[in-house]
Amino acid sequence: MTACPDKAMLLEALLDGELDAIHAAEMEAHVAGCAGCRAALDDLTAMRLMLQTPGVREPAPERLKVRIAAGIAPSAAAANDDRPVSALRRRAPMAAFGGVVGLAACFALALIITPMLSSGALEDELVAGHVRSLQASHLIDVATSDQHVVKPWFDGKLDFAPPVIDLAQQGFPIVGGRLDYVDHRAVAAVVYKRGRHLINLFIWPEAKPAPAGRHTRDGYTLLDWSQGGMTYWAVSDVNPNDLTLFESLHQAHAPR
Amino acid sequence: MRSDDAETRRRFAALALPHADGAYNLALRLARSPETAEDIVQDAYVKALSGFDTYRGGDPRAWIFTIVRNRFYDWARERKLKATAPLSDGAEDDFDYWDPDQETPEDALARKDEAARVRDLVDRLPPRLREVIVLKEMEDLSYRQIAEITGAPIGTVMSRLSRARALLAETWKADREAVR
Repeated sequence: MTACPDKAMLLEALLDGELDAIHAAEMEAHVAGCAGCRAALDDLTAMRLMLQTPGVREPAPERLKVRIAAGIAPSAAAANDDRPVSALRRRAPMAAFGGVVGLAACFALALIITPMLSSGALEDELVAGHVRSLQASHLIDVATSDQHVVKPWFDGKLDFAPPVIDLAQQGFPIVGGRLDYVDHRAVAAVVYKRGRHLINLFIWPEAKPAPAGRHTRDGYTLLDWSQGGMTYWAVSDVNPNDLTLFESLHQAHAPR
Repeated sequence: MRSDDAETRRRFAALALPHADGAYNLALRLARSPETAEDIVQDAYVKALSGFDTYRGGDPRAWIFTIVRNRFYDWARERKLKATAPLSDGAEDDFDYWDPDQETPEDALARKDEAARVRDLVDRLPPRLREVIVLKEMEDLSYRQIAEITGAPIGTVMSRLSRARALLAETWKADREAVR
């Protein structure tokens, strides 16, 4: 397909940017004077454009990313060591698991990672899944108003024991809890209710004191604080004053 | 001990997770089945994590892609063995992944979609040529990286890429003429 068979591979190396400056200059000079090679280079470029047609390269499905993240999360250590079974052989149960965790993770990541992290392909895409995940009602893995049910539910699923504080008498009953994946790690999410609004409280152990504060994103209020070696992020569309009240109440009751 | 492990996992996640899209694209074009590609990638990440202590720097993308590629060929080999056994498990054995001319009914249906048509062209290449096209034209890797991933010398990478492009140009032309 080239006019100069001896130059075919050099021509491709030129296209691929693999030639050093001297050889590149030589090839460019040759192409400038050789109609056959110029046509061949045009064909190669056209094919490259064809292969880069939008949609040809399919990104990894979010459920796969979540499955991978779940396999990496510290809390997955025990499970991995016990059953080093190929995904190709255990796909059915994993797929179901991935679906549930995936939706929950999308939700959490959308709310949490957006303000915390500025970049990252994975985060960007999980954020893109935000709207879809919000529409599904996979907010809660264990639905109960009893803190004594939520707390043991986390045991064995996380490598830390998140404080689960009952604030029902103060007007913030627990709705349930679930596992989430934030910043590449498994975290606890305890869901509280205030009137008709839900509050997600994300909890993970964090040594470094994050700058505590209030943030807003897309109509949601986020409050974060550290206490007793844990980092807390409360996320809700509830009235910001109520969320501040929630924070104070939680701080008053949680271990220091 | 525990926190070391957690730290290792975090380091691994930061290093390996950004390449999940590329890993999936490679697996998908090799296996030509989304379900299998997902499983291959997931297996590859599990394997990469368990071998992370032997990872001594270098290009993390090439490292992950190498494991994905190996996992695909393992899977293909297992499947080939299974396919020759009398009790094969049906549907998936219907197509022979070594046949460059195979075209699944879904592919045929999807041909009206431009992106699907391009994927179909790539999928008709033999695997050894397909993988260099994917790594070069879709993942934009260097010859050196492709050599590392495929375990072939750079000269072999160049000649495979050249053959792949020639073959692709031919099928592309035939395809366009068929559409007219």
